[in-house]
Amino acid sequence: MKPFAFSQPQDVDGVLALLASEGARPVAGGTNLLDLMKENVMSPTQLVDINLLGKAGLDKVEEADGGLRLGALARNADTAYHALVKERYPLLSSAILAGASPQLRNMATNGGNLLQRTRCVYFYDVGTPCNKREPGTGCPAKHGVNRQLAILGTSEQCIATHPSDMCVALRALDATVHVRGKGGERAIPFADFHRLPGDRPDLDSTLQPGELITHITVPDADRFRAHSAYIKVRDRLSYAFALVSVAAALDIDAGGTIRAARIALGGVAHKPWRVEEAEAALVGKATGEAAFEAAAERILQGARGYGQNDFKLVLARNAIVQALTTATRGTEHAQGKGNQQPNGERP
Amino acid sequence: MDLYQKYPIRLRINEQDREFDVESWVTLLDLLRERAGLTGTKKGCDHGQCGACTVLVDGKRVNSCLTLAVMQNGHEVTTIEGMAKGNELHPLQQAFIEQDAFQCGYCTPGQICSAAGLIAEGQARCRDDVRELMSGNLCRCGAYPQIARAVIQVMGIEEPDTKKEGFTTGAVLT
Ligand SMILES: Cc1cc2nc3c(=O)[nH]c(=O)nc-3n(C[C@H](O)[C@H](O)[C@H](O)COP(=O)(O)OP(=O)(O)OC[C@H]3O[C@@H](n4cnc5c(N)ncnc54)[C@H](O)[C@@H]3O)c2cc1C
Ligand code: SF4
Ligand code: FES
Ligand code: FES
Repeated sequence: MKPFAFSQPQDVDGVLALLASEGARPVAGGTNLLDLMKENVMSPTQLVDINLLGKAGLDKVEEADGGLRLGALARNADTAYHALVKERYPLLSSAILAGASPQLRNMATNGGNLLQRTRCVYFYDVGTPCNKREPGTGCPAKHGVNRQLAILGTSEQCIATHPSDMCVALRALDATVHVRGKGGERAIPFADFHRLPGDRPDLDSTLQPGELITHITVPDADRFRAHSAYIKVRDRLSYAFALVSVAAALDIDAGGTIRAARIALGGVAHKPWRVEEAEAALVGKATGEAAFEAAAERILQGARGYGQNDFKLVLARNAIVQALTTATRGTEHAQGKGNQQPNGERP
Repeated sequence: MDLYQKYPIRLRINEQDREFDVESWVTLLDLLRERAGLTGTKKGCDHGQCGACTVLVDGKRVNSCLTLAVMQNGHEVTTIEGMAKGNELHPLQQAFIEQDAFQCGYCTPGQICSAAGLIAEGQARCRDDVRELMSGNLCRCGAYPQIARAVIQVMGIEEPDTKKEGFTTGAVLT
């Protein structure tokens, strides 16, 4: 790591004042930022440790306006195992527990999880060009190692994916990100928080320099509670980033007709991917493979592979159908119960 | 702004109060090994990927390679050296010996600290839960079946039928 100055302010105003200076960055759990600093991918000259804001209440998980309020400094583990989250937002709980390892989830914060950076191998290797790390240098991934990378929403400049699991569930649940900057507070709908690469792949989100995430809110999702599933497909059983993941939630009436559906994908794009039109088309249909396959087709419209990741086109389609089928059967804490499968079988 | 400034910090490590002057970039792992003389905690990947550096901070397991010593000022740290009570081994240490749960032993301090954290968290109910919740600790010697057995022995979970045990490989769709 390159040398940097360090400070630990007591309150949000203190943090904002320090973040105003060039080269300053907040550090929360440190599990992504310190990793990137060790690789010289990011080299802030000043780290502002925001953990004391936890004591000021930013580490709370609580009910708010009939929904959920997640403090930016609440740890991923504490969020996933929180009684309110486990009981009323099982999809979010499962998605968080599908990510990283218990040690990392104990340190990782909700705010930091949103801003973790891509795991594209060229981005991590400062010896190679990369438009996201150094705009204008090129994208070797397009014709190179791209097994992990995107099939949707890519640009000429970058085909990276956003690696978060938690964010996929938050997108499906219509969360809102609340931030504070020098100009005051603002609320960003989750759909607008992460960006597609376009010609500015260096910008992952619409958060402005100097802004701090204070909390995330999630509206009431009671109607999806009984039928949701987070499915994560990866190269090993646990502790690996998603090749493809799907957060699926259904509201089904007694006769098996879909009243509402939510489907968000991870591992396929620069942001959690959701096509609301495909969800709307499911309304009024009977649950079952035919309807789910049609939804998958619509969601994956325009998808293209870059060689090593071509298999994701089929994998994503199957994962969508599987997630919706699992959700139809009924919610289980698939990940919360270890690697036991929802129907109790061993993998 | 002095980038090379040292920061005075106080940590309670294995029930002893210790004071250090550290540069901002010193990780908790490097502090434990290089400055506190506690080399039981191992450096594997130094990037949060292997779990060899797992210690307990305020009772919770964390990767000490991905946190700065200065960020842990005022906190309580338990390392593998703090597990035994005098000459009496921690039940997990004893179980690791009984179950033959290590070969080279490099990953073992992290495995044992992680298992202690797992037990304290209280989320595991069965052997598969233990396996999933120990997944942050890699063992290049492949001692996983014995490690899982050692942990479930301490937790009092019944030994599964070993004939049914086996490797699970590849991605799994639910
Ligand atoms: C080996 C490994 C495996 C992993 N596997 C997975 C996985 O499978 N799925 C998954 O989703 N994640 C995974 N992760 C990533 C992990 O979840 C993230 O590193 C973590 O969530 C980041 O949170 P943090 O608090 O540690 O962030 P930090 O590292 O502290 O910060 C990350 C970024 O966010 C900024 N930031 C932090 N908090 C705020 C705030 N409140 N306001 C504004 N900016 C802020 C920081 O400046 C920094 O740029 C893995 C990580 C590792 C090391
Ligand atoms: S895909 Fe994006 S992050 Fe990866 S090399 Fe190309 S520009 Fe860089
Ligand atoms: S050394 Fe910390 S996880 Fe590998
Ligand atoms: S015993 Fe050798 S690495 Fe685990």
